[in-house]
Amino acid sequence: MTEIDDIDRALLRALSLDAGQSASQLGRKLDLSQPATWRRVRRLEEAGVIAGRRLVLDATALGFGVTVFLGIKLATKGRVSLEDFERAVTAIREVQTVEHVLGLYDYRLRVVARDLADFERVLRRRIMTLPGVGNVEANVLLSEERRPGPL
Amino acid sequence: MLDDTDRRLLRHLQADPSLTVPELADRCDLTPGKAGRRIDRLREAGVIRGTQAVINWQALGFAVAVSLRITLDKTAPRAFDDFLDAARKVPEVIEIQTFLGRVDVRLHIVARDLAHWQQVYRAQVLTLPHIADIEALMTVATLKSDEALPL
Repeated sequence: MTEIDDIDRALLRALSLDAGQSASQLGRKLDLSQPATWRRVRRLEEAGVIAGRRLVLDATALGFGVTVFLGIKLATKGRVSLEDFERAVTAIREVQTVEHVLGLYDYRLRVVARDLADFERVLRRRIMTLPGVGNVEANVLLSEERRPGPL
Repeated sequence: MLDDTDRRLLRHLQADPSLTVPELADRCDLTPGKAGRRIDRLREAGVIRGTQAVINWQALGFAVAVSLRITLDKTAPRAFDDFLDAARKVPEVIEIQTFLGRVDVRLHIVARDLAHWQQVYRAQVLTLPHIADIEALMTVATLKSDEALPL
């Protein structure tokens, strides 16, 4: 685990909102010199605290109007290989997130589609045909917000 | 309107948001000037909203991640607003989504360990207003999380 101080926390908060800021812009906000800011960001990246950067696109403007969260239960546990399921599900382009979970479902998926008809196509042709797939529950995303978290 | 060249630029930039304009131009067979103008135009139109740093909570010592699927008591007229206002005040909540479906709201929560989770769950989650039902999915492994659009 990486130890961080309050300045690191402020940097992480700022970068998780907007990673396009330069070290000098960030430094000015936090009263740090540009080299000191750069060294801190670099250290957070090397420690893996900043896992990477994500391009934020307007999905609707690009024609993706529907996001659906799926809970998937595998039908024949023990007999299907989890590796086969995982390899197949992560390869689907419309599937943005795959989490192996413990609870009511075995996997949690985030799926993006152009509209509900397109989602139905993805569900029938891609998801329902996955090896070992059983019960599937779908919830259509209405709104979403990301929080800074415990920083 | 977006054309195939815009989509190609976005596809490359999405795969690696750290690409510079000349690198991007090179991959898309464009001159740096043309690529730069298109990227500027996509930013101005709001198609590109920006970049965000992805924080690895595990590296910061938050080993536990739980997806809480919550059903609200919709007989209370302000159930959604009251619940969301209160959920935003819980520091360990990193994502809030609302849905059309069996689940009304999802909270993604991180905690240092199971003891900390227990404490957050009892003191801060169960006390949120208008909850009718809660189901928890605990993350075992995240297999895909790029949230890329299938452009």
